[in-house]
Amino acid sequence: MIVLQGQGVSKGIEYGSLYFYHRTNTQVTQQTVEDTAAEAQRLEEAKAKSIAQLEQMAEKAREEAGDSAAELFETHAMFVEDEDYTGAMDELLEEGWNAEYAVQQAGEQFAAMLAAMDDPYMRARAADIRDVTQRLLNNLMGIVEGGIDADHPVILAADDLAPSETIQLDKSKILAIATQGGSGNSHTAILARTMGIPAVCGLGDALNESMNGHAAYIVGDTGELIFDPDADTLAALQVRQKAQQEQRELMRTMVGQEDVTLDGRHIKVYCNIGSPEDVDAVLTNDGRGIGLFRSEFLYLAAEDYPSEEDQFRAYKEVAAAMQGKTVIIRTLDIGADKQVEYFGLNREENPAMGLRAIRICLNRPEVFRTQLRALYRASAYGKIAIMFPMIASVWEVKECRRACQKVMEELKAEGIPFDPEVEIGIMIETPAAVFIADELAPLVDFFSVGTNDLTQYTLACDRQCNDLGKFFDPHHPAVLRALKMAADAAHKAGIWIGICGELGADLSLLPTFLAIGIDELSVSPTAVLPLRAEIRRSIASTCTLDMLNS
Amino acid sequence: MKSFVYVIKDPLGIHARPAGMLAKAAKPYADTPITVTKGDKTVKASQLMKLMSLGVKTGDEVTVAAEGPAEDEAIAAMEAFFKENL
Repeated sequence: MIVLQGQGVSKGIEYGSLYFYHRTNTQVTQQTVEDTAAEAQRLEEAKAKSIAQLEQMAEKAREEAGDSAAELFETHAMFVEDEDYTGAMDELLEEGWNAEYAVQQAGEQFAAMLAAMDDPYMRARAADIRDVTQRLLNNLMGIVEGGIDADHPVILAADDLAPSETIQLDKSKILAIATQGGSGNSHTAILARTMGIPAVCGLGDALNESMNGHAAYIVGDTGELIFDPDADTLAALQVRQKAQQEQRELMRTMVGQEDVTLDGRHIKVYCNIGSPEDVDAVLTNDGRGIGLFRSEFLYLAAEDYPSEEDQFRAYKEVAAAMQGKTVIIRTLDIGADKQVEYFGLNREENPAMGLRAIRICLNRPEVFRTQLRALYRASAYGKIAIMFPMIASVWEVKECRRACQKVMEELKAEGIPFDPEVEIGIMIETPAAVFIADELAPLVDFFSVGTNDLTQYTLACDRQCNDLGKFFDPHHPAVLRALKMAADAAHKAGIWIGICGELGADLSLLPTFLAIGIDELSVSPTAVLPLRAEIRRSIASTCTLDMLNS
Repeated sequence: MKSFVYVIKDPLGIHARPAGMLAKAAKPYADTPITVTKGDKTVKASQLMKLMSLGVKTGDEVTVAAEGPAEDEAIAAMEAFFKENL
């Protein structure tokens, strides 16, 4: 077995033979010309031809990979006409040099300018300039780039691929892409992700032409290229391949479908996310909203309390990306078990029952206020809802609502836009909240059950303790009865109830959730489509509460 | 001359796509040069590559100015463009 390790830049697994991409070598020589006007004319023709080709490619990209891929080629077409870039060429032509040399020199000058910048994104754009320059050269010299002449789909291997090369290739012949160079910011990576094929970059010299025609597994998730896998590895790879096939089948059949049972009961299927980057996965898997956006990442990644502005930007980004779909953001849920030094929390023997989550917020109004201000400001850019964790008492909810009211008044006085109708919910994760659910429900717009904590507190089983095994049982009738108590109280008050703990994705419990009358399930993005498929096979009216009894 | 100061909100800054769109938006005002200034560097809004080379990032402050016969119209168009796209 040989394993080459690179950087996985687009997920997925494929098995196929490697095919090395061959690039025509354009040797440019520096020559003087007599007829500078004719040379200028040649350059003009090459420019016009390049622009026409790029516009065609933009159309092709729009069909294959959407607007953002098309905009790349439109930008390339604008590069061809850029006054500084063409100005540099014109100067060299006027000095009496040939057009090829003028184009190559101008290209290098501007590519070098971007390559010298601090910003990795801008540095990667030097490749765009080189790509455009190569196109101009090809058109000047009458060179046509080669494609793939294999008769079956292959793993395309190359030193690196320019965006124009990637888009020109016949996609039906490409299973995956492996390159020696490149990065997660390169166009190869971006296009591979949009096309949904695996890609591994940065394999270096280990990937070489002697491997042409060899069969390999490529794993985009781990960045591996595997030749001759041993029996164990092969078995593991095949399991992944099968899971991928099932996922693709679900994608094909379930994206765009409603979350409704055979007898017409609608359930909202939302997603749990931990940072703005997860939104892509939500949209790809067709989540209908975000049921739990954990705001901890802002606090855990920082050296000091994150500013209102930083938080605002993160919340706004997610709200805007979800385009009017609900985004439920949970206020900070930190305790002594998470290492956030600047909070200066005392060490606790039993952090699960200590000063954590809403308790910290209510003790430190300034920390709370900063987060609430950021949340309300972001609410002007999408449909945000706010959720408070670890609620155990009515007074806590009242105090939270007062804090929200105060923030809204502040923003109003400052003339800052916000949505005054932001829904307020609480997490049901303490037995106390279950027992007084009838008193809590009229104070809020929704309940969301955190089943992990609810199980821990109901069964007196520490989540962090690995030895509890069979004693830590989220299917325990006590946990499921607690769910029903909370659901009954919610419905009596006319509000909805969801589940945002891991239990929400447990398909064996779906009939019980339907019988209880759960309105929303928030699960990890990859669990959305399997759950949707199961919902669409279910009949709510025949589901029973059997599991609530031992 | 008309001008305004703008703080970039786009997380990627003035990257390739908005730079291209900006150059396009500035095109109708050929007789009224529009400039973008960051720190001590000034480029014309129509200079796509130079615009990218300013390396304008999110949170950076830029000054956009227009001078010429259509400066009122040009600066209004630029303000709308920046608010919408950057």
